[in-house]
This record gives sequence, C-alpha cells and structure tokens, in this order.
Amino acid sequence: MTLPDLVLYDEEFRKIKDSLNRLAADANANVVFLVDKNGQQIAAVGDLQTLDTTSLASLTAGNVAATDGLARLIGEREFSILFHEGERDNIHISIVAQRVILVVIFDERTSLGLVRLRVRRAMAELDRIFEDIAAKAEKDKLALTTDFESPFAEITDEDIDRLFSE
Amino acid sequence: MTFINYAAREINCKIVYYGPGLCGKTTNLQYIYDRTNPSAKGKLISLATETDRTLFFDFLPLDLGTVKGFKTRFHLYTVPGQVFYDASRKLILKGVDGVVFVADSQEARLEANIESIRNLDKNLKEQNYDIATIPYVLQFNKRDLPSALPTDELYRKLNIKREPTFEAVAPTGAGVFDTLKAVARQVLMDLRKR
Repeated sequence: MTLPDLVLYDEEFRKIKDSLNRLAADANANVVFLVDKNGQQIAAVGDLQTLDTTSLASLTAGNVAATDGLARLIGEREFSILFHEGERDNIHISIVAQRVILVVIFDERTSLGLVRLRVRRAMAELDRIFEDIAAKAEKDKLALTTDFESPFAEITDEDIDRLFSE
Repeated sequence: MTFINYAAREINCKIVYYGPGLCGKTTNLQYIYDRTNPSAKGKLISLATETDRTLFFDFLPLDLGTVKGFKTRFHLYTVPGQVFYDASRKLILKGVDGVVFVADSQEARLEANIESIRNLDKNLKEQNYDIATIPYVLQFNKRDLPSALPTDELYRKLNIKREPTFEAVAPTGAGVFDTLKAVARQVLMDLRKR
C-alpha cells in the first residue's frame, strides 16, 4: 500500500514535540525522535548536538524496513519493538500508528523497564495525534478540489535552476 | 512520498538510484558528495560489504536551498544492484519520489540493464507506483569505456517513455549533476499538481 504524502502543520507539530519532550523527561532518556517509515525525520528532542539525526533517521528506517521484511517472511505482520543494547547507550525503537517510528536513546541513568513503560503511554498520545493528522489530510484533499492553493502550485523552472546554481 | 513540513517549512524528497550491479550508482553519489558544499550535505552513509559492494543502501542527504520559502531537502539513496538483493531493493523503493536509472553502457551489460529495468518496473508496481508516471531519468554511464555501445542503440533499447537521458562518466563527474538536476526538476514540478 502506498502511503499518502505526509503533511504536517504547526499545531500537530507542536503537539508531537510536547509529547516527545514529556517522554524524554519521564523516561530520563537522552534523545527521543520520531521518523517516518521512509527515513524522513519528523521531530527530535533532547541532547542533539553531537548526534547526526539525519543519518540516524535513515538508518533507523532501513533497520525497521529490514526487520519488517523478516517479520513477513515468518508470517508476522511486524515486529513492533526493536531494542539494541550497547555498552553505554541503548536504542529502543517502536512503531506508532503503523507508519511512524519512535526512537529513544538512553543510558545507565534509566532502565529498559521504565523506558518501555513511558513509551507505551507516549505511543497512545502519538496515535491520537496521527489520527488527527490523517483526518486533516483527508479534509484537505476535499478542500483541494475547491479552494486550497498549494504553495508549490507556482514553482517555475527558474526556482529549480536556482537550487543548482552554485 | 514527499514529506511537507509546514511547521518547519521544509520539503523532503526521496530519490533512488537504480541499476544493475557495478553500473556506478554509488560512484554517482560519491561524486555528488565530493562536490557539494559541506554546509549543504550530510554524511554519506554506505552499507557495503568488505569488497565495497553495496549491501543494503547508500544514503546522502542534500540541502539544496529554498523554493517558495520552503527548505528543499533531497535524500539520495542507491539500491544494491546485484540480482539476489531484490528484497532489499524493494524496501528502498518505499516512499520514493523519483528514480534515476543508471545504465552500464558496455555491450556485455546490455542484458543486465534490460533485466534491471524490468525488475524496477515490477518492484514499483508492488508499491503501487507506475514507472510510466513516476519522475524518472535515464543515465548512460561509463561513456569513456571502449566497449561502450553507441548511445542511439542504448536509447532504442533502454529508453521507455522518452525520459530525459544523459551520458555520464561518473568518476569524473561528467553528466552526474545534469542527471540529478533533471530528476529533481521532475519531482518538484510534480508538486505543482498536488
């Protein structure tokens, strides 16, 4: 199934950030971020200075995609939780609303049990937010046929040439 | 699947370089990486075997500037070209916005090119995309090799819908940015219709 374009507006973006911030604080995690299944980063909070979040997003999505493939091979729909344990840092990955990936990076200042507990609560919140986003997208699609004007309706060849001008 | 973030005013697009094994997909990305301003690019990630064959994918994020006030990001991916990595190729095509087909110009690789285009068509269909409508660009790579077939013959055999076609020598960069620009143009123009 092809997923429709993901369009994110201010209101939902703020709600997502709030939810991630709460999760980071409650679980005592270093970094929490949200990626879509195609590897695009949606939002990230926490100690991000030293982290290449773009690469992290792409590799997480690749990891989840490969694991999904494995799941289907043995007749599972998906493995909804992945956990990678390191010497110092650990990564907890879970799938939200079947389309986005919630990643929590944490160290010895917290525990896997606490992270899992808090993640479960955050997932319920995020589920609701993504339902709203889907509903809004559906509404926009209807509006599109009437009066919605996409900011990209007027992209010109010159705009594109400029991107490659350096 | 283009990701438009109105809150951060960003558009993210995914472009996949497809083609048979050793046709030069990774070399295309490597050249783009080497020639792009450090502030406009992220890390080039290569998931490769010890002998430098792509195992899962290469990934290069590019920040090209703004269009209509939106920061435009292109995420470039390559697929593993070797036939037996088909399951991985399917995964990478998920959410693709545009495809570059890199063909190996050598006579001995003609069949491999044709087979790979067929494989692309099949894998796109499985994801509910249609090769006839998706932004798509063809590149004849390795034009510098003596065994390269004439371009008109390659065009007849490999061009499927009069897509823009470019000659390239990826290690020297000839044709590399022209190819990227052509596919980026199609992807962005596609947004007009949304």
